[in-house]
Amino acid sequence: MSTVYHPTVARLTYRALLGRRRAAILFALPLLLLVISAAVRALTGADDSTAREVLSGFALATMVPLIGVIAGTGAIAPEIDDGSIAYLLSKPVKRPTIILTKLLVAMLVSVGFAAIPTFLAGLILDGNSQHLAVAFGVAAAVASLTYSAVFLLLGVVTRHAVVAGLVYALVWESLIGNLVPGARTLSVQQWALALAAKVADGGAVSSDVALPTAVVLLVGVTLVATWFAGRRLRALTLAGEE
Amino acid sequence: MTTVTIDNVSRWFGNVVAVNDVSMTIGPGVTGLLGPNGAGKSTLINMMGGFLAPSTGSVTLDGQTIWRNERAYRHIGIVPERESMYDFLTGAEFVLANAELHGLPNPEAAARKALATVEMEYAQGRRIDTYSKGMRQRVKMASALVHDPSVLLLDEPFNGMDPRQRLQLMDLLRQMGAEGRTVLFSSHILEEVEQLAHHIEVIVAGRHAASGDFRKIRRLMTDRPHRYLVRSSDDRALAAALIADDSTTGLELGIEAGRGALRIQAVDFARFTELLPRVAREHGIRLYEVSPSDESLESVFSYLVAA
Repeated sequence: MSTVYHPTVARLTYRALLGRRRAAILFALPLLLLVISAAVRALTGADDSTAREVLSGFALATMVPLIGVIAGTGAIAPEIDDGSIAYLLSKPVKRPTIILTKLLVAMLVSVGFAAIPTFLAGLILDGNSQHLAVAFGVAAAVASLTYSAVFLLLGVVTRHAVVAGLVYALVWESLIGNLVPGARTLSVQQWALALAAKVADGGAVSSDVALPTAVVLLVGVTLVATWFAGRRLRALTLAGEE
Repeated sequence: MTTVTIDNVSRWFGNVVAVNDVSMTIGPGVTGLLGPNGAGKSTLINMMGGFLAPSTGSVTLDGQTIWRNERAYRHIGIVPERESMYDFLTGAEFVLANAELHGLPNPEAAARKALATVEMEYAQGRRIDTYSKGMRQRVKMASALVHDPSVLLLDEPFNGMDPRQRLQLMDLLRQMGAEGRTVLFSSHILEEVEQLAHHIEVIVAGRHAASGDFRKIRRLMTDRPHRYLVRSSDDRALAAALIADDSTTGLELGIEAGRGALRIQAVDFARFTELLPRVAREHGIRLYEVSPSDESLESVFSYLVAA
């Protein structure tokens, strides 16, 4: 059996993610983005700056982190909360394998529900003018990968993972990032924008973070979060109800 | 032959000591882990199941540490107390997933066999969230048995089961024990343990209070004075007649819940239970109420700890 992927763990995680009530948000948010994009296109016609506003302001700043919270925490936190993770942990399966499999599932779900709709929204908005659709699609995809790892870790370390994730996604990324310029350096969204800036035509997209820094931070945070989640799961204690 | 050894184990959560310097050895056969609610039974079982590290001491399976040792689960089957399972799966899917996680060569066959063992084939196609508590318990059992473990740990397995399901599970556990498996189950109900296990381990307030043959421990429990509350047509006359017999050591006339009552302390349980109705009949006294006033398990345990 592979040490990074266990098909049974993956199956259970998919069904848990897509079968619970919160999965409705996974479908609703991208749908909302597509509907907004279609409406904007119909009302204002193809316009690069409007497209950028929608893709950056709604897709990358709000939808991608929210989907990341749902997929990342949802891949493990509910099982830890209700104790059903005991059925995974009481098996001769290495804990890092459990984490890596759950991470892969969370990443696939995030990319599927956040990055692909972002790319489609870009096409709807202005037909990939200035490569905006591809640029924001790529940015949403890499942001999804990092968010999945970070929020999966949150799901392992805290019982309030969803709240913590929402605070990060909405308060830090959206609010503080807009008010305090320095905070943007520590923003997954800005790192992803640095990639978008590289992909899009010159000057069409800008980021507060340089590309090399952004890549190092994206990769570093993803790896460290994954490693730490595996470590924490290994030492996870299931205190009884006593 | 598989043995779980608990050696000088303590476990605390912050300032609260849940398990206090416990040593015991659980060998083949059925062992009952008995103790009042909150005594530390679940903590102990969680440590045996590798879900919790002991603060001090060691928990081993045939000499191998269980904590952080995934390989131990090839030999251990666990039935947790908590209800939650993967409720969105059917019973069959759940047991199959457990078989696959164990890496069994033929998971489908193993799952079918385990479901048949607990007689859950008839509902295996239904989602777990439609199951009754007893059905959940049996599917949990099937998931624990699917890899044919030599050690079975069950935390309060009879909770929520109806009498028929209870008997069924008891038969199953007896059979597992007779096959030479090491079966440990926890319970706070004396009668459950009595019916199933000859060997018991008693935990009270985190401490190991007693260990060994059930009958011997039970005798210890029955040797203590028994207290009864009796209401009759003439408490005073009944008291006078009873005190003449050696089986009673104390009598007190008083008021209980607004009505007259006679409190009796008896030392010889068997003789007193025969004496009371006979004396009442001989003196023409009608007994309205006879109730043991300290039969709660906690009082039995506290007696045991003091013994």
